[in-house]
Amino acid sequence: MKHAPLAISALALAAAMTIPAMTRADEPPRADHSTLHAHMTGPAGIEQHDGKAIYDAICAACHMPNGMGGKGAGFYPALANNPKLESWAYPATMVLNGNGGMPSFAKELTDAQIIAVVTYVRTHFGNTYKDPIAAEELKPLRTPAQQALSLQDP
Amino acid sequence: MNQTTPDRALSKRDFLRMVGAVAGASTMYGAMTSMGYAADSQFKGPLKLTGAPKGATVIVLGAGWAGLVSATELRRAGYNVQLVEYNKRIGGRAWTIRGGDSFTEMGGEVQNCHFDKGLYLNPGPWRIPYHHRAYFHYAKEFDIPLEPFIMVNYNAYVHSTDYFGGKPVRFREVQADYQGHIAELLSKCDTFGTLDQPMTAADHEMLRASLRDWGGLTKDYAYVAGRKSAERRGYEVNKGGGLMPDPVGGTPMPLEQILKSDVWRAITFGQTHQWQSSIFQPVGGMDVGPKAVGEHLKDVTTLNAKVTSIQQDAGGVTVTVVDSDTGTGARTLKADWCVCTLPTTVLNQIDIQVSPEMKAGFAALSYEAAVKTGLQFKRRFWEEDDHIYGGISFTDQKIHQIAYPNYGFNKGGKGVLLGTFASDVSAFELGSMSGADRVRAAVEQGTHVHPQYPAEFEHGVSVAWHRAPFVMGCGAVWSPELRAAHYRNLCKIDGRIVLAGDHLSNLVTWQEGAILSALDTVERLHIKIIAG
Repeated sequence: MKHAPLAISALALAAAMTIPAMTRADEPPRADHSTLHAHMTGPAGIEQHDGKAIYDAICAACHMPNGMGGKGAGFYPALANNPKLESWAYPATMVLNGNGGMPSFAKELTDAQIIAVVTYVRTHFGNTYKDPIAAEELKPLRTPAQQALSLQDP
Repeated sequence: MNQTTPDRALSKRDFLRMVGAVAGASTMYGAMTSMGYAADSQFKGPLKLTGAPKGATVIVLGAGWAGLVSATELRRAGYNVQLVEYNKRIGGRAWTIRGGDSFTEMGGEVQNCHFDKGLYLNPGPWRIPYHHRAYFHYAKEFDIPLEPFIMVNYNAYVHSTDYFGGKPVRFREVQADYQGHIAELLSKCDTFGTLDQPMTAADHEMLRASLRDWGGLTKDYAYVAGRKSAERRGYEVNKGGGLMPDPVGGTPMPLEQILKSDVWRAITFGQTHQWQSSIFQPVGGMDVGPKAVGEHLKDVTTLNAKVTSIQQDAGGVTVTVVDSDTGTGARTLKADWCVCTLPTTVLNQIDIQVSPEMKAGFAALSYEAAVKTGLQFKRRFWEEDDHIYGGISFTDQKIHQIAYPNYGFNKGGKGVLLGTFASDVSAFELGSMSGADRVRAAVEQGTHVHPQYPAEFEHGVSVAWHRAPFVMGCGAVWSPELRAAHYRNLCKIDGRIVLAGDHLSNLVTWQEGAILSALDTVERLHIKIIAG
């Protein structure tokens, strides 16, 4: 019994300690990915802002540097000469929500970065969809949860 | 000279942030445990299924751990099993790359590995915690030899690009200094009691005594250069014999620098349940495991067969496969039942006859990217110069980690280390490069941790998991919301088809998750079949 006061105080201390932890609330919840809990990683976003630079830095991982996609047990669709890009909302929604194996990039990319990269894809690789994307039209495509996660445009 | 003591240099706000980070880790762990993520493996012991209906057939798709275990246990139960694999090898992500191997990524790039004999890269899973009991069960049964994996190496490096002059510091220094400074701060804090009820003087003294021991403090509760801190962080002049100089302890790094540089993040790594000691690796490479199990299934295994369609009706299951290389030579394989361990990245893109609910699960699960790069060097300079034997160094560069081989210690000669283990955005950025460029990036970035790299580097290979044709990602990304919406639908037996794999476990990307999923799945399937 003689240790009880300490035990209670320690609990209270532990409870008090959790309050500053909430300063991490800006960090989106992690997937329960088991092996890759990276303890030292760079910022959540990417530094590129030019459409081509963003494409080359991220999208090329799967859609390939030449926009031709790839084939395996499944496939990555070619973005080159792709009529599905006629409406900008389609690729923008893919970037925001992901699709199948493709993850969402809603928290990694700002609205400006999404507009830049979607515009790049729609005007390169044999695609000639030149209508511009207005920021105020993109924003509503984000779900409320995605808006909460989104990085601020500089 | 602005030689302020670390506690004075810290503002109260800094202190709260720091304490919050520590408390955050334990809070996080509590949350993880309650969701089952960090729990021990639920292996219940070997399956003893018997009494398969005479002549009943099962086709198992995918020869990674989930497929191998499913096929093994179903065969033991008396089923006629056939095992179908996309690759020309079994094992799936439990894969080892050695000299003479070549592999092709999506996009067509071919990499040839030139590692010397005995050296290897495990591009996928690379360690097995002691509590992965199902793996241990099969390792014992199939004679898979295990050796220790060095998870925490106190002499490995932690590197921050913008702090400590861009030079790596030793893990032991980071941990000892963080712990020491925190202990000193708390020992000087006399307000614990006001948070709830007063601590007695005896209680307070007991707490202070524990902090002094835990933090390596002097008898005056100070964390300073000297014998006590040196016992934890190491020496600048090591202990010797005879008339050698007396040992000298180093100067602790200021707490503020440890916090701002983020190097403290490396500390909890090996304290996390999934990576706690003891932890192991198979001797000779991760693929030793699946090869040992698959050896017994050779007569029923078909390699290089890409699944294009999975159909079912009251009479059975029909799977269409083509040659994985050419996409031609379509043929159909029939069975009464199907255990499908293909990743959902692939299932989402093939013609499969299952419920809309199950298909919704395929569409909802994205796969995380990861990049691993193996580098061969002319000599094991990390051992010879830096005295790092196994374990992991951390950096805030895109390569994230450098991990040293946990075999061949102190033998000299060449060595292969893991020069990149990138996840998250870094994995997409590195994974957008060709394999050759990924190797170059690993050497460039690694040079900031080990300046010996440029002079000693020979060659390397790199695996970007989203470009691995057989899986198209490292592992499924679940969230609590996705689990609530899709997990049970994906685990359900759908007519004659049932899924298994690490993606259908709480141990995603762990081999244990694949094995447990398989055990649970084949048991449920067998019960359903014998019930008629």
